Amino acid sequence: MNVAALSPLDLSIAASLILLLAGLSFNLKLGLESQLIIASVRMVVQLLLIGLVLQFLFSTSSVWLIILVSQVMLLAAGREVRARLKRKLRGFFGYHVGITSMFVSSFSVALLALLVILRQDPWYEPRYSIPFLGMLLGNTMTGVALASDRLTSLFYEQKEVIEQRLMLGESRSEAVSDIRRDCMRTGMIPLVNSMAATGLVSLPGMMTGQILGGTPPIEAVKYQILIMFLIGAGSGFGVICAIVMIEKHLFDDRQRLVLDKLLPEE
Amino acid sequence: MSLSYPDGPLLQAESLGFSSSGPYSLSLAPRCCAGLDGTSGVGKTRLLRALADIDPSKGRVTLNGREREQYTPPQWRRLVAMIPAESRWWHPFVSDHLAPDYKRERAEDLVRACGFESDILGWDVTRLSTGEKQRLSLVRALLRDPQVLLLDEVGSGLDQDNALLLETVVRKYLDDSGGAALWVSHNPEHLERVATIFITMHQDRLQIRKENDLISP
Repeated sequence: MNVAALSPLDLSIAASLILLLAGLSFNLKLGLESQLIIASVRMVVQLLLIGLVLQFLFSTSSVWLIILVSQVMLLAAGREVRARLKRKLRGFFGYHVGITSMFVSSFSVALLALLVILRQDPWYEPRYSIPFLGMLLGNTMTGVALASDRLTSLFYEQKEVIEQRLMLGESRSEAVSDIRRDCMRTGMIPLVNSMAATGLVSLPGMMTGQILGGTPPIEAVKYQILIMFLIGAGSGFGVICAIVMIEKHLFDDRQRLVLDKLLPEE
Repeated sequence: MSLSYPDGPLLQAESLGFSSSGPYSLSLAPRCCAGLDGTSGVGKTRLLRALADIDPSKGRVTLNGREREQYTPPQWRRLVAMIPAESRWWHPFVSDHLAPDYKRERAEDLVRACGFESDILGWDVTRLSTGEKQRLSLVRALLRDPQVLLLDEVGSGLDQDNALLLETVVRKYLDDSGGAALWVSHNPEHLERVATIFITMHQDRLQIRKENDLISP
């Protein structure tokens, strides 16, 4: 594989476009310049750091180190899911839902892909495991977070409807069936739409990267298909996991709604 | 304070307590309609919610001598049906909200008894006025064959004619089914028409008077 190596000068030329934009924003009083520059600097520093970490990881190939890194990634994703809820769940349970759903959506699916489909030697080969896990976490997190956010908001907004349905003798599960369906759609629709548009409207970043790196397009496409299936299935499992856990948590043992487990809106 | 009935009570609550209210004791005989009043905020709605097991409560509640915990929550709520002051409708059409196993003929009879044409069952719920929703929420509850009705100011926003219709429907249901009702209302005339016992709720107790104990002012 031959990649055209980028010199610092090449990157500076691209960066100057951002500076130009910032200057324009300043002149036109659009108020975006400071945010834009801070975000750009953060992006560069974070990517350089992760580049160093990955380079180190690839050179050591220690399974314990990979487990450690993947755990940190999982915890960070779980925390991020919680942070995206407008109405957060009280106590440790908020993290518990995020981490468990992300485990189901990404960790288990990544393991399956590594052990059954990719079958590298060793199976945890960091060149595959870390990017796979990262891609799964990043792409399924949006769906899980959207669905959980919608679920806690709807439970709050539709308290009277849920209780009315309980009063009419519906079970917990019947009383929230419409809400559950709504949240499943909310979590999955962006992904279903992006699957439908892939290749026509957009070229996925991973595939483009592989092609730039010299992989024959048809090989890159096969990887893209694999990752899209994994992301689709992982998102679905993660969303269902989050819905089931939150729903169970917000009712007590006599199927009464307990909304004081939700924190006030931020 | 509790009353004793020859056939035994239908619904009985002993030392019922929630948050800092209570303990309350109450028993309802078959075919009795208890009127419940008390100052605003004393917890009338919360009492109904506790009895319907929508809110947690301490104490012992039985229906036909069986403890509440022996029923599944949906069973209990179907038998001890609360009709809230403001009813909610979530499906597109009125008939979607009726019990899955409802009998068309019976639904139409009930709807007519409440002063509607039977075609209202096919109406879009967005067409319903507040008063229509109140009357239909009674129909919806009765079609599920409850044994105890917990009515929270149901009928309070209705004109005299419709309020009377509603009272007649409830009265007839209790007589036919042998059920009982607990009806929260601030309207003394309404309570005098429907109630066979009168309960005034206080922070720490229920004050119960029978019909013939009433002293007219």
